[in-house]
Amino acid sequence: MNDALMTYLIWPVIKFLIAFGIVQLIIVAMTWIERRLLGLMQVRLGPNRVGPFGLFQGIADPVKLMLKEDILPSRAEKVAYFLGPMIPIVPAFLVFCLIPFGPPPTFAVTQVNVGLLLILALSSTAVFGLILGGWASNNKFSLMGSLRSAAQMVSYEVPFGLSVIGVLMMVGSLDLVQIVRYQEINAWNFLPQIVACFIFFVSMNAENNRTPFDLPEAESELVAGYHTEYSGMKFAFFMLGEYAMMIVNSSLIVTLFFGGWTLAMFDIGLTTSVLAGMGFAGGLLGVFIFFVKMMTFMLIYVWFRATFPRFRFDQLMDLGWKFLIPLSLANIFVTGAFILAGQEQSMSLIGVVLIAAAAIQLFRKTAPKKPAAVPGKVMHAG
Amino acid sequence: LFDVHEMEVNFGPQHPSTHGVLRVLVRIDGERIIDAKPIIGYLHRGTEKLFEHMTYPQCVPHTDRMDYVASATNNLAFVQTVEKLMGITEQIPRRARIMRVMMSELQRISSHLLFLATHAIDIGAMTPFFYTFREREEILDLFESYCGARLTLNCMRIGGMPEDLPPGWIEDLEAFVDKFDAAVDEYEGLLTNNRIWKRRTVGIGVLSPEDAIDWGITGPPLRGSGIQWDLRRALPYEIYPELDFVVPIGRNGDTYDRYLVRMVEMRQSNYILKQCIPLIRETPEGDLKAKISKVIRPPEGEVYHSIESPKGELGFYIVSDGKTQNAYRCHVRPPSFVNLQALPALARGHMVSDLVALIGTIDIVLGEVDR
Repeated sequence: MNDALMTYLIWPVIKFLIAFGIVQLIIVAMTWIERRLLGLMQVRLGPNRVGPFGLFQGIADPVKLMLKEDILPSRAEKVAYFLGPMIPIVPAFLVFCLIPFGPPPTFAVTQVNVGLLLILALSSTAVFGLILGGWASNNKFSLMGSLRSAAQMVSYEVPFGLSVIGVLMMVGSLDLVQIVRYQEINAWNFLPQIVACFIFFVSMNAENNRTPFDLPEAESELVAGYHTEYSGMKFAFFMLGEYAMMIVNSSLIVTLFFGGWTLAMFDIGLTTSVLAGMGFAGGLLGVFIFFVKMMTFMLIYVWFRATFPRFRFDQLMDLGWKFLIPLSLANIFVTGAFILAGQEQSMSLIGVVLIAAAAIQLFRKTAPKKPAAVPGKVMHAG
Repeated sequence: LFDVHEMEVNFGPQHPSTHGVLRVLVRIDGERIIDAKPIIGYLHRGTEKLFEHMTYPQCVPHTDRMDYVASATNNLAFVQTVEKLMGITEQIPRRARIMRVMMSELQRISSHLLFLATHAIDIGAMTPFFYTFREREEILDLFESYCGARLTLNCMRIGGMPEDLPPGWIEDLEAFVDKFDAAVDEYEGLLTNNRIWKRRTVGIGVLSPEDAIDWGITGPPLRGSGIQWDLRRALPYEIYPELDFVVPIGRNGDTYDRYLVRMVEMRQSNYILKQCIPLIRETPEGDLKAKISKVIRPPEGEVYHSIESPKGELGFYIVSDGKTQNAYRCHVRPPSFVNLQALPALARGHMVSDLVALIGTIDIVLGEVDR
């Protein structure tokens, strides 16, 4: 009885609280990292006043937000207005219970055999908060922002889910631990499932309303979108939810496609058993590897934000429905064909070829087309 | 609730992407614009009426406040108009003429840089904003070391220029023009071939050449539609006939072409500056003002004169009664105001997101629209 209590209640709660704390810390750190990194990319400094290198900016901001006046717009729907910022946070943090950060059972809060399904189900509920909040604010810009976010998140939920199916077919399990285990003895999933990985990556950007899909809060169009009317801690909750979801999705892509906590392929390298051989320190090392991989994707979010313009709403829908969904369906079909032929391992070759092609395209020297200046003559721009 | 299809949204006057205090009353069906009606006047200061009560030299600083991101060209348009009215255009010393061209070309670059910054950030690309401001800062530093002001320059006088270039200014300018082309490459690297940028600008707000002429559009929007009309070439002033530069035109008249036209114009302005540097070194220092009396009292008559400001044809129409030191009537033909007329026609049928791109591509400054 006591054992069961420990295994199923006390330990999970303790682990959840630890994970909760760590995620909060990452979010606080991310606000500083994102702004400093953007500063670095945009020939400016970024926050550098609070503490050394502005390190305490992540603390100063919440303090400021807590002290700010909490405004309730006139004729706002009070209940929905309060619920709006709270809803996205709950699934974002709950999902952390399901992600194995390190070798189980010590470094995962729970191990659920339908983990992936549960994550997809939970994370899709976050959109309710955005819709409610935007609608309840009694502001046309908020309404448009929430409608955009509703349409966007619902549309991108589909390729998001479909892209995962390829991985499921190869691994044959919804259990995230099994998925990681599969990757350490075979190739990491991003090689055989390169297309799925790409789709997952694009739709996870769209799910999080990040550039170039940041339409729901498009500053230059909708002022601030669904959170235009929010101030103080309520606004902070929206941001907290968004950043938590970013971490969730980065963790997910690491778990599904990039080998989770392991640093091993074909059973060579830091596999789970090697890490287990090192005891608790090995577990921590696994968590560290996971963390580094996850932060890489967090930084890619920032990099994208500094680089891309924003899609238009209809173009976003086009990309989702007309490109990503057919592509993910085709991926499922191809994966199925390979599995039928018993050749699923050779799918890695597709990944290798595609990555090589992309690299060649990227580093190929393209001479910039410069318009020739002919004095006094007509010159066409472009 | 559900049978209402149209929604009326006030875009501005307090909105991040209306570039000041423009208010656009937008009727939308979902995200599609049925009608967009610009409502102006929030920055109206009665500049034209003020000019009737000030002596001509007093008017010059007020022209700064019209297109406040391109004050040098405003100064130039005004002082040239008064000079034309007085009939002293030919007496302006050569050094002053070259300096005027240099100031206006620097101002053109700085204005186009601001256009690019705001246009890009409206479409969601955040980084070009900071890149362009890096170079704009250097131009403003050049202005500052010449006349002490960075934005409202007041850097021209009727009859010439107020003072000579400070020592080392030409060298600073040389350093700037040498690296500016590379900077434009950098902005273009972020945007010109970017797929998302193209999807957001190609085919958006197409302005046919006929429509552009009918609306009286001038400047880059007109040239973007494929009409080669640049007052620096069409009705040359100062030393422009001696200079070698190209007037770029677009093919399709869409937002993308207007963007490209401005990018080439920046390079061409830089090219003009490069040509001006040896010219100004040849001229003797200190010879900056025509010999005119301190009290400016033009003869009776009226005159219209226009120049190519960064945003289009900036013209002044001045009537003098020949007796007083102030204009009897002064009318301004601001390019922003005239170009803004096309906004409803351009925006109709597009999405809300395109509206901000269109406001950006017309490149308005509300100080000039409202005056």
